[in-house]
Amino acid sequence: MEKTPGKTGFSRRAFLKGSSAAAAATALATAPDVAEAHQVGTAVLAGPTVIVLTVNGKDHKVNVEPRTTLLEVLRYQLDLTGAKPVSGDGSSGASTVLVDGKPMMASTLLAVAVRGKKIETVEGRGGEKTPDAVQKAFVQYDAQQCGFCTPGFVVATRAFLDKNPKATEADIRGGLNGNICRCGTYANVIQAAIAVAKGGGNG
Amino acid sequence: MAEQYSWPARGKTSIIGKSHSRLDGPEKAAGTAKYTYDINFDKQLIVRALGCPHGHARIKSIDTAAAAKVPGVDYIHAFKKAGDEIEWSGELIVAVAAISGGAAAEGVSKIKVQYEVLDSFTAEDDLEAAIKAGRTKRGGGKSLTAREPGDDDDEDEFVDAEIERLLKAAKFTVDAYFGIDSITHCCLEPHGTTVKWEGDRLVAYLSTQNVSGTDDQFARGLNITADDVDVHCQYIGGGFGSKFAVDYWGLAAAEISKATGRPVKFLLSRDQEFKLGGNRPSGYLKVRLGADENGVVQVWDSHHWGTSGYTGGGVSHSVVPYVLTPPNYRRKATSIKCNTARARAWRAPNHPQACAITQTAFDELAKVMGADSYDVFKANLPSASNGKADLYAAEMEIGAKLIDWKANWHLHGKGPKKGSVVEGLGMALHTWGGTANTSSAIVRVYPDGSVEAFCGTQDLGTGTRTVCAMVLAETFGLPVEDIKINIGSSKMPFSGASGGSTTVGAVSESHRRAGQDALAEIFKLAGKKLDADADDLEAIGGRIRVKGKPKRSISWKQACGGLGLKPLEVTSSYKRGDESPLSSSGVGGVQMAHVAVDTETGIVKMKKFVAVQDMGLIINRKLAESQINGAVIMGIAYSLFEQRLIDPKTGAFLNAEMRDYKLPRLGDVGDIVVSLYEPESERKRGVIGLGEPPVISPGAAISNAICNATGVRVRVLPATPKRVLDALKKARA
Amino acid sequence: MKAFEYAQPTTQAEALALLSPEPGKCELLAGGSDLVGLLEKMVLTPDRVVNIAEIDSMQQIEADEIGGGVAIGAAVHLDDALDSPLLAMYPAMMQVISGLGSMQAQAQSTVGGDLFRRPSCWYFRSGNGLLAGGGQMVALGDNRFHAILGNDGPAKFVSASRLAPALIALGATARVIGPTIDDEEFLPLEELYRTPSREGQRETALLPNQVVSHVILPPGEGTSGIYEAKHGAGPGDPMAAAAAALRIEGGVVREAKIVLGQVAPTPWVSREAARAIVGQRVTPETAAAAGRAAVAKAAPVRYRPSEGQHPPSGTVH
Repeated sequence: MEKTPGKTGFSRRAFLKGSSAAAAATALATAPDVAEAHQVGTAVLAGPTVIVLTVNGKDHKVNVEPRTTLLEVLRYQLDLTGAKPVSGDGSSGASTVLVDGKPMMASTLLAVAVRGKKIETVEGRGGEKTPDAVQKAFVQYDAQQCGFCTPGFVVATRAFLDKNPKATEADIRGGLNGNICRCGTYANVIQAAIAVAKGGGNG
Repeated sequence: MAEQYSWPARGKTSIIGKSHSRLDGPEKAAGTAKYTYDINFDKQLIVRALGCPHGHARIKSIDTAAAAKVPGVDYIHAFKKAGDEIEWSGELIVAVAAISGGAAAEGVSKIKVQYEVLDSFTAEDDLEAAIKAGRTKRGGGKSLTAREPGDDDDEDEFVDAEIERLLKAAKFTVDAYFGIDSITHCCLEPHGTTVKWEGDRLVAYLSTQNVSGTDDQFARGLNITADDVDVHCQYIGGGFGSKFAVDYWGLAAAEISKATGRPVKFLLSRDQEFKLGGNRPSGYLKVRLGADENGVVQVWDSHHWGTSGYTGGGVSHSVVPYVLTPPNYRRKATSIKCNTARARAWRAPNHPQACAITQTAFDELAKVMGADSYDVFKANLPSASNGKADLYAAEMEIGAKLIDWKANWHLHGKGPKKGSVVEGLGMALHTWGGTANTSSAIVRVYPDGSVEAFCGTQDLGTGTRTVCAMVLAETFGLPVEDIKINIGSSKMPFSGASGGSTTVGAVSESHRRAGQDALAEIFKLAGKKLDADADDLEAIGGRIRVKGKPKRSISWKQACGGLGLKPLEVTSSYKRGDESPLSSSGVGGVQMAHVAVDTETGIVKMKKFVAVQDMGLIINRKLAESQINGAVIMGIAYSLFEQRLIDPKTGAFLNAEMRDYKLPRLGDVGDIVVSLYEPESERKRGVIGLGEPPVISPGAAISNAICNATGVRVRVLPATPKRVLDALKKARA
Repeated sequence: MKAFEYAQPTTQAEALALLSPEPGKCELLAGGSDLVGLLEKMVLTPDRVVNIAEIDSMQQIEADEIGGGVAIGAAVHLDDALDSPLLAMYPAMMQVISGLGSMQAQAQSTVGGDLFRRPSCWYFRSGNGLLAGGGQMVALGDNRFHAILGNDGPAKFVSASRLAPALIALGATARVIGPTIDDEEFLPLEELYRTPSREGQRETALLPNQVVSHVILPPGEGTSGIYEAKHGAGPGDPMAAAAAALRIEGGVVREAKIVLGQVAPTPWVSREAARAIVGQRVTPETAAAAGRAAVAKAAPVRYRPSEGQHPPSGTVH
């Protein structure tokens, strides 16, 4: 590769800003047997490990391997099966959860990578008896048929309207395209989202 | 027994025909509804399977030794053995059960299978290549001529001559080719099951459209009795006609569970769902038609082909041409045996393809004539094979108003161009049976007035629970929320599979019957208390009252109190095909599309879509509208986006992931306008199924709209940007 | 997924120390929206995954007070980039992000992650290798979404990065670090990409133990934009994309950089298109001429399956 001098006004220090001073180099294949569960740390993890995940406001000790996805933890260890496995690559949006308030696909997040972050699933939005505005609107406007995509759609819609509280119909049609519904509930999802937006996000 | 089952007259209902939110909506929106994939048992094993990457191959050897050594792998189940021939890509070879999905998948990756790769044939649209390869099979056909052959005439020769004569005599003719590619069901919840054995009894949570029919399938496959199988399905993540069977992987789950003594979860992976979970046959048609000066088609001569997999099969000739059937026709079908998975029923089997490859020809006729497509369709209505010309005419009028046909119409290719974008209109019409399926229900009325029903049906997203509850609530004069509905277990009374728009009819029949039968008993009790004849009573607003004397009444609860300690239990049934005042079959439906085509990129955008639909008596308007919205969107999917792509060299299914299998998103569907058509003439026929009909017309309607916009026919659906551009380029050349 | 080790460094130096010089042994993880799917399908089977998303020195967007440009940390998430006032002067970049079609992809993906998105080629993604039999599977197969430029070698996939065409047009430089923390170089972004000529090579010029820590943009003084032809509103790849950065004076284009996306194994800098527009006023006609110049030398891999415009064969009776 050809070395090209940087034509920028940045000092080298600028690119390292925020980093801690000393770098603790870790050699390949020197994994500690058990990682300190509560600590995120920079140690190399290998094999089964106990970690803590903060889900819907509660800390949960869970057993994972580095390859375990957040979706697997939610579904198999925490009995939170609202987020669904539809595509392994996140292209359906069915596994959408909020990570530090942002919509992300639990199917493409490694559980070990979301230690220390606030995870919120559809179950954290409210329950059957105490639904939030989006959940209520999904029922009222029948934005669901088989319902398999619905939890992902609910979380995505909530996140979208939180970020765009005054969203217009055109905004909604342009902005809620990360989720797939096979039954074809889109027309009703649009109506539900419009209703929530018109109610100021609470209606 | 109620003497006569019936629905309340229009205007006399408090629940039927109104909108009601689906009862299980809150669970679905809260994420607490448990689907098969969501059922987890202690100590369960998770299964992943290896599929064949080739379209056609013979297995030389299978080595699972390394897979067995992967930490966490518990059991290996072989579906195939050395020497077996594989006929399509994705067919499962070996399954691995492990303590986690990750371990099972790693086990799968360690399996070594050697194949002798054989020539695969997948060119499903290429009739000549199929003939050369010996891959064709007769698909049937029929001819009919208005004039009959003479006694001495050879029948084939006569038909031949007659068709040629009529074509020659025709004022307008069309000679064209139309097609529609194979698509998949692509259920968001893949096929599969979570099972456990309780002693010799199998408990299976199965993602199925056929709760009442799959216990027996398990039993036969496992050599036990159906009494020893309990199939559960409270929620199902999509079926669309592909989930009637336990399937060999379902049986394998039970066998692995038996062998390991542990519960087992086996759902197909996403690519396997595409490859094995079901597909819809393709159809490609060459046609010559001739019409008189009014655009009435007098003669139709077609040959179509396509595939439904390696055994052959395809779109039935019996629905060609679709609905509009001229007095003289000859139709012939050829099926092509391809190295692709066997097709499964896909929402309205045969109809969407038949509509897409034949009603496009009627639109082509309008183009040839320089006429308004609306007028050409209208002129041909008298030939409707179901005799519904008047119904279609009425629905066309409604549709035309909703899409503003007159204002938006222009001759094919003659509309204004805004930049590189042209717009156009298209229409099509359809028919479907929708007979109620066989169904039984138990209704229990408890002495405290509470009501519960049991029925071995399922809810595909139709809103089955809600329909059951609304029917009983109407019958008893109670609020919908007061009715407890239990469905989704094979231990409940038999109710037929949900396929072919048969469910709402089925459960309306069984629940109305059981409800009316139970009410007759309650009336007897109430009659004593009210000192009135049971026949003079009615149940309205939570009260039993004497007809015409609303003040002489007791509450529903008081009436039920007369039951004493034991609940009243009534079982009532309907058998498919029995004449009934509650349900019937046969609907029409007209759809119109308004599209915008970018002639620079070939991208087609939906502007507006109008669906006018009759369905006999409407139970729940909101759910009916949802069904139609959904069907239209599925129609947009197969018209503009989805297609199964098979590698011509290896026979591998190439786009078997959500990222590659194109489906429309929320921003792709435009405005959908649904009009429920329920004149008294239709309403009095009772309930008719609605799931299939509105998914039939979008292909032809959208293809016709594209042709109207551009003046050029995109011959094969889906009308992908490349196909649109190719068609435009060819037209310019 | 194959089992792997996992590390989550907090500094650039730690990250470099965790990497292996051997190709394929380590994979860098940022948002996960591309990598985890590839691990799941076992298209990639590393021994170790190094998550560089938590390196805070790579999470900042900072103004270059001297040069006037902006440095974007590779671990900056796309939605944060979209919201950053510092990046408002780069419309082409903003348009790419807002046009992603998935709020989830905007939130989860990072700038660096996007630059290193692996190709969407379905032969690659079903485990046949990046070149899929030296290009033969593509040449003989279904290549409707494959390269039309730069495809004369065995590599026929198209570069998948959505941001790269825009960033290259905007004159971006990549800050590349590694193998050791003392190794630092600044590479014009287009030089980050190369077309592999044999299986085992990747589509970038980096060593396995090098990392792009930042992308540096010069001051956004000109006009820029991107056009993506998308089949559907979802997050799928566009069929083709073109980014343009222009310096217009007195209504006439004085300088132009035009970069095509999704058409070649690398982002494709079209000098032909730039030449066609320089010295012209931008009108639909001159823009179309630039477009024609951009694809004048395009040579699609011969498309095999019948596209259904004609009956492939067959007659009535």
